[in-house]
Formats: sequence, C-alpha cells, structure tokens
Amino acid sequence: MAELNTGEGGGGKHQKKRAKKSSTKVDMTPMVDLAFLLLTFFVLTATFGKPKTMDINMPVDPKDDKNKTKVEDQTAMTLLLTDKKGVIYFYYGVMKADTRLDSTTYASNGLRKILLDKNKKVITQMNDLRAKREKRTIADSTYKQTEQKVKGDRDALYVIVKTNDKTKYKSVVDVMDELNICEVDKKAVIDMSPLDKAALKKINN
Amino acid sequence: MPKIKVPRSNPSLDMTPMVDLAFLLVTFFMLTATFRTEQAVVVDTPSSVSDKLLPDNVMMVTVDTAGRVFYNIDDQNVRRKVLDNIAARYKVAFTEKEIKEFVLMKDVGMPTANLKQYLAADKAERIRMDKATNGIPYDSLNNELYDWILFGRAVDANIAEQNGKEPDRLKYAIKSDSETNYATVRKVMKVFQEVNVNTFSLITDLEGKQ
Repeated sequence: MAELNTGEGGGGKHQKKRAKKSSTKVDMTPMVDLAFLLLTFFVLTATFGKPKTMDINMPVDPKDDKNKTKVEDQTAMTLLLTDKKGVIYFYYGVMKADTRLDSTTYASNGLRKILLDKNKKVITQMNDLRAKREKRTIADSTYKQTEQKVKGDRDALYVIVKTNDKTKYKSVVDVMDELNICEVDKKAVIDMSPLDKAALKKINN
Repeated sequence: MPKIKVPRSNPSLDMTPMVDLAFLLVTFFMLTATFRTEQAVVVDTPSSVSDKLLPDNVMMVTVDTAGRVFYNIDDQNVRRKVLDNIAARYKVAFTEKEIKEFVLMKDVGMPTANLKQYLAADKAERIRMDKATNGIPYDSLNNELYDWILFGRAVDANIAEQNGKEPDRLKYAIKSDSETNYATVRKVMKVFQEVNVNTFSLITDLEGKQ
C-alpha cells in the first residue's frame, strides 16, 4: 500500500531483452503498521508523571496542658465539616452558648472569598515577597525566612478545621487546599467538641 | 482530433516523513513510559492545586472507601529486610521464593496470618484474595500496621546510615479515596504518630487553579 506500482504491466510491444531492473523501493507497509501499533500501545499505557502530593502536619497530642497552643480569640476561625455535601459551618473565636454558626460553600465565592478577606494582610505581603523573588532582588534563603515570619505572624488568620465521624476525606483535602491557596499557614485539623456538635444540631433542626 | 489527455498523477505518496514522525513518537513514549504496576486496590484520590511531586523514597499507605489499609514501601532492599522483621515478629517462615515475590510486589493488604498463602498464590488467586481481604489490621488489639511502619522506618534509617546518607529521608504518603471517611484516615495517621511521624504527604490529583 505504501507504494502502488502503476503504469507497468501493460502489454509490452517491445520485446527487447533487457537486464531486469529490480525496484529499489521496499514495501514499507508492515513497518508502518508495526510503528503505529507500538505507538498506540505506548500512548494508551503511558502514565504521565508522578502523582502530586499535598503536605500536611498533624498536631502532636501534648502530654500536659502547658504545651497546648492557646488560640487568640479574635484571629481564630473554626470550620466545621460535616457529611452534609458542599456546606461548611464556621464561627469566630471560642465557642460559647450564644455563638451563631454561619455557613458557606466550597465554591470560589464561598470559603475562598471569606479567607481572602480575612487573611488580606498576609496575602498582600506574600504577593510582594513573590514579586521580589521573581525580580531576584532577594535571596531564596531570605525569602523563606520572611515567608515564615509573615505566615506565622500574630495577626495572621488561624484556622481550626473540625471534623466529625462522618466527614469525608475529600472535604478535608478541599478545605486544606483552600487554606493553602489563601496562604493560611496556621491551621490544625481536630475532632469536634461536644459543644460544636450541639451547635450543629441546633442549626440543623 | 487528438484525444484530451488526462494527466495521470502518481497515486503513491512519500510516506517517509510520516514514518519518521511515528518512530519519533514511539521512541518518546517508550523512553518516558513508566509502567503502571498492578494495584491491589483502586482508589480515586481527591484533587488539589498542589503541584508538589511525590518524592522518590516513600512509604505509602493506601486507604480505600471501606477502610481497608494497604502498605507499600518502594526500596527493594528495605522491603526484603522489613519482611524479615515481620517474619521474626509474627513467627512466619517465608521461603526464598516468597521473599522474592514480596520484594517485587507493590501494595500488600494482608494480615500476616494470610501473607504466606498470598505470596505463594498465583495471579488469579491473588486478585481474589485482594478483593476478599480486610487489609492490614490497625486496631488497638491487633495493630500490625504499626509494626509495618515501625520496621519500614527503622530499616530505611539503617540502610541510609550504612550508605553514609542522612537518615530521615523517608517520606510518608497517604493515598485515600475521596469518599473515605476522614475519621478512618485520621486513625491511620494516629498509628503513624505513635511512631513519631507527624508530617504526611497526601496524594492528590492535579486540578487547575480557578
């Protein structure tokens, strides 16, 4: 098929004897077939690159209360993740009897908007810092140091993610992802307290 | 009257460039291909915007929707020694052939009681066993996962030391299905934390930044 021989084989009138000229053309069809077969095989089996990962630090259970991190009332934001799809409940500060739960969604105008607003200061500082690194006005080591300082600042948003028994793994990963996007470095994932559960019950009834 | 001659075009095409390209692509895919090893369990990981690559030296625990746990460590030398330790701890004797099988495998999700039978089994039987297994036990009464993690960590540190490398290079990855309960994953993390591992790499798919 690669080479169609045409214009030959018509009843030759001149019956002169000549040395037979063998064609220099090789039929490439089988080779091409094989090449494409292999190509298809490798394209279909190829797994591109390695999987991506997201690093997470889990808090160590402190042996005594002294080592426990005290959370500043104003900066702490608590997210409650339940098995209810697409809904996040949250409140600020410490849970009290009259704390009102707000709710938001995983959409970009939901949780992200709130986080971007609350963590504005850190985000603008981080953007400046990145711009400086792009222009190579600061060294990588300084960048890292400053990044830690900015993200660990006293005023930076502190987010506590609380889960119950029915929370799906995906919800937690999605929320951690949002926190990473919004440069929230001070975060922890812990279990819900009875107070939180009671508040959730109240809002769902 | 002369007949109008229709110029006869030659229908044969020059296929050389196409063949060149085809072979170029074949070569490319052959060289970049990393073959998907057979997975004992299939999980659908959630997506994130993180673009960090999975490191080379990694201990991976897979948790599926039913809460079954599978264990994998990449380095073959480490695998062999971990199995030796497990054999000693749980008093199971493995033949040289079974050890070899284990070294070449990936995820294992067998309680040590069934491990010998699993390693001796053929492919079809293994697939059946993978479906039927409850994974590596990790409850407080029978915490085999703890031993797997502990031995994996110790052996890796040992080998690194022998080779004059820094010990704590091993990374701990958790691969879990989107629909798994977080409480189950947390339980697995707690087992890791008993061995003083507090940082995990959660395996996710890449998603575009919106």
